[in-house]
Amino acid sequence: MAEKTASAPEKPRSFQEIILRLQAYWAENGCAVLQPYDMEVGAGTFHPATTLRSLGSTPWAAAYVQPSRRPTDGRYGDSPNRWQHYYQFQVIIKPSPPNLQELYLGSLKAIGIDMDMHDIRFVEDDWESPTLGAWGLGWEVWCDGMEVSQFTYFQQVGGHDCKPVSGELTYGLERLAMYILGFDDGNEMPFNDPDTAIPLTYGDIFREAEAQYARWNFDVADTDILLKHFEDAEAECARILEQPADDPKNGRRIVMAQPAYDQCIKASHVFNLLDARGVISVTERQAYIGRVRNLAKACADAFVQTEAGGWAA
Amino acid sequence: MTAPRPAPNARPEKALKATDMADLLIELFSEEIPARMQSKASQDLKKLVTDGLVEAGLTYEGAAAYSTPRRLTLAVHGLLAASKPVREERKGPRTDAPEKALEGFLRSTGLTKDQLEARDDKKGQVWFAVIEKPGRDASDIVAEVLEQTIRTFPWPKSMRWGAGSLRWVRPLHRILCVISDEAGSEVVPLDIDGITAGNQTEGHRFMSPGAFAVTNFDDYAAKLKRANVVIDPTDRAEHIWADATNLAFAKGLEVVEDKGLLAEVAGLVEWPVVLMGAIDAAYLDLPAEVLQTSMREHQKFFSVRNPKTGRIEHFITVANVETSDNGATILEGNSRVLSARLADGKFFWENDLRVAKADTQPPMKDWLDALANVTFHNKLGSQAERIERIAALTREIAPSVDADPDLAEQAARLAKADLSSEMVYEFPELQGVMGRYYIEAAGLPSEVALAASEHYSPLGPSDDVPTAPVSVAVALADKIDTLTGFWAIDEKPTGSKDPFALRRAALGVIQLVLENGYSLKLDELLAKASEIVGLRSRVEDEGFADSNDIRRFLHDRLKVFLRDKGIRHDVIDACIAMDGNDDLTLLVKRAEALADVLKTDDGENLIQGFKRANNILSKEEEKDGVSYELDPDPKFAESDEEKALFAALDQAGAAISPAIEAEDFAAAMAAMAVLRGPIDAFFEAVQVNADSQIVRRNRLCLLNKIRVTCGGVADLTKIEG
Repeated sequence: MAEKTASAPEKPRSFQEIILRLQAYWAENGCAVLQPYDMEVGAGTFHPATTLRSLGSTPWAAAYVQPSRRPTDGRYGDSPNRWQHYYQFQVIIKPSPPNLQELYLGSLKAIGIDMDMHDIRFVEDDWESPTLGAWGLGWEVWCDGMEVSQFTYFQQVGGHDCKPVSGELTYGLERLAMYILGFDDGNEMPFNDPDTAIPLTYGDIFREAEAQYARWNFDVADTDILLKHFEDAEAECARILEQPADDPKNGRRIVMAQPAYDQCIKASHVFNLLDARGVISVTERQAYIGRVRNLAKACADAFVQTEAGGWAA
Repeated sequence: MTAPRPAPNARPEKALKATDMADLLIELFSEEIPARMQSKASQDLKKLVTDGLVEAGLTYEGAAAYSTPRRLTLAVHGLLAASKPVREERKGPRTDAPEKALEGFLRSTGLTKDQLEARDDKKGQVWFAVIEKPGRDASDIVAEVLEQTIRTFPWPKSMRWGAGSLRWVRPLHRILCVISDEAGSEVVPLDIDGITAGNQTEGHRFMSPGAFAVTNFDDYAAKLKRANVVIDPTDRAEHIWADATNLAFAKGLEVVEDKGLLAEVAGLVEWPVVLMGAIDAAYLDLPAEVLQTSMREHQKFFSVRNPKTGRIEHFITVANVETSDNGATILEGNSRVLSARLADGKFFWENDLRVAKADTQPPMKDWLDALANVTFHNKLGSQAERIERIAALTREIAPSVDADPDLAEQAARLAKADLSSEMVYEFPELQGVMGRYYIEAAGLPSEVALAASEHYSPLGPSDDVPTAPVSVAVALADKIDTLTGFWAIDEKPTGSKDPFALRRAALGVIQLVLENGYSLKLDELLAKASEIVGLRSRVEDEGFADSNDIRRFLHDRLKVFLRDKGIRHDVIDACIAMDGNDDLTLLVKRAEALADVLKTDDGENLIQGFKRANNILSKEEEKDGVSYELDPDPKFAESDEEKALFAALDQAGAAISPAIEAEDFAAAMAAMAVLRGPIDAFFEAVQVNADSQIVRRNRLCLLNKIRVTCGGVADLTKIEG
């Protein structure tokens, strides 16, 4: 994959312009620009375009924005840099190209970071997701001492060795945008063009919802219902995966890895909500994480039985 | 495609001789190697390659290894250009030996029968194998050794990348491998999973991008320097430290030394650029530990202190790049990140202070209550329960360490309150340190505050040991509760596994007792602790902490501790065999006195004399089935030597008893050492097993008197040699 140099040396002026430029850059560099996954996830990695597609040997290149939710990070919209709902920009390429670092640096240039004036560093940071049964080696990337991205070479996902290895890039969009746009309070940064007729800041769009979710996440969410949701999702995931590969209705081989994985995502998010409600003790925590991991592993096992996962009849 | 042109410095073809010398340069160029791994990796590269070369017959004069975030480099000079041919003769079976024997010999030599020579030997005709190994070019050997090194490199963690299966710490991009001499240099032919060795390297990622060729180490180092790469980590660290101290000095400030951070930062840059900035005034009132920890852990900044105020007022960051604005943009960015971090820190600090200063009974009640929900260990209960146990035990210990029991108990109850604070949640390594600040803020006695920061200590054999009585009481209770608790649930250390750091806890008890010279009856404390664990934990009935077993564990750790101080294990065993061995201070006093005396001639010989007396006596006692414990009567003494021994024992006994009473074991041992002469003389002149039963019995009782007199300090039978 050849590196294409960025065409926009000017600094971006809004949050959305950073997203648009990242999308344009990675599109130019050969990625399929996907849309966010339509479920509540804790991080961009949960998108099946990353978790499932990093399995098996079929080549893959995708980039997408993923709205993510971490209920415990809620601050009622009052924090300058923490929200329970936030955005990640995710790039996943399999096999990882030899010039992935250069491609990544090109993307920073595309969003207005001048390498001649800034200090970019790759600082050891190994990634592990106990809920996904996944780990990889890589770095957090620093720009002038601030972490702007995670850069990971996946070694294992859902308990499966990644062969070939996928390269994963995750940009924390709010922090990155605050830095590039020069705002200490993320709520104040322009979401759209600040000179447009109806300028909107990040806070205009999210502050109120943040307060609402914080209240619900911390104090109102019905834990009995959530516990039931967790168990339902777990049971449904198992039930889906128990089905025979061949659809009895038409005789076609249809391994339902992704619908099963949806239930895994659901269970994971419900667990995060229960955690925010403070009803999960330290010991139970490990047990819940283990249960989600078991689902993720079962889904990974199923995915490698699909064509996209490398199964051949 | 045109034929490749020879490199400008290509070495002319010639036959290499084993006496020719060459230099070898290897560089393994990869994506960023974690800073903490670089130093060991460069040493591993040096060892693996040079060992491999020597094993293959290539000796060398010297080798040096270097590392940067993106490369491991090895320079070997004075390398033999080829290995010497080796001729080896091996004697095989006789020519008339069974076919099997010959087959085995052929297999082991790799030869065929017609290559063997039959020679006459003493016992007849014998097969001889002459194996000739021709000398090999250095280049062949280097290629082999380097490939083996790369494929088996001992990274703490390694990875695959792309579609390949090679493992390295991060993707490996280039292998530079050239052998050079006065005539020129050549690339060692080597290809590892598609990476072909060459003579090219790359400069600084941003300041000097692009590849260039090098011919030898000097050329390599010089060109890299021009390409903004300092290959020697020591040079980078020295440069950083010099620039940092100069920048600070120019403003009348001083850099807080941090060797670990310096080494780490030197491993994060190829071209260090040191920048100093001021900490926003809004954060200068934060505790120094908070500033330092936040800056070191999150930003890898050095702290810069103002010697006049004693406060941390500036920071030093090390960038990897020179910029046209002399780092102004970089510094501004770093300052902003720091301010955001410190804003969090300040937020935690202020919230915590509110809790600390709140008028609750007990102080910091919210934090203490919250600890009821924090599990210490499933079977040992919550942190709150643990604090209850430690508080009860602290009260028991306090009188023995001259601490006020009320103050000590209060300290124990508050020492872990900061575990609930926001600051400690963010920076776990500040536990105790923050507790001290918060307890002071609550207006409580300074001894109580100090105990919060000191009660985790000592954390190792070289750590400072608390001396303030209240701190000592809480520190001891903390560790004894840990030992007793984990013993009760049968989680003792086994082999190399010690997940709850119980060896460290035991060593902590030993250091606290010994360094403060307290005379503590540990058995009583362990029994008390065991009782408390039984009452205030979730330990079921079967859970029982055997005090004897814990004492044995403490004695084992004491042996290790004293061995490092040069006291032999048999000396300690001899003292452990005495009563009152749960008083570690007393035990060590005995051991030191005994060890000192054993260093003298008299002492060494006294042991021999004692053992001789003891052996004879034990043998006779066993034979006769009686113990000769009566007081011997001097009137049955026959020779002068025997009479002299009687007198000497009486005299020594008169000196030893009061000395032992006064725990002056040195004096007691000195008095014993005097016995060496009379005992030796006695054995020289006197036959114990006399014909007269009365005399014999009396002499055996005399030997018993030696045994008793010399047994007051230690059980000398345990002394080896």
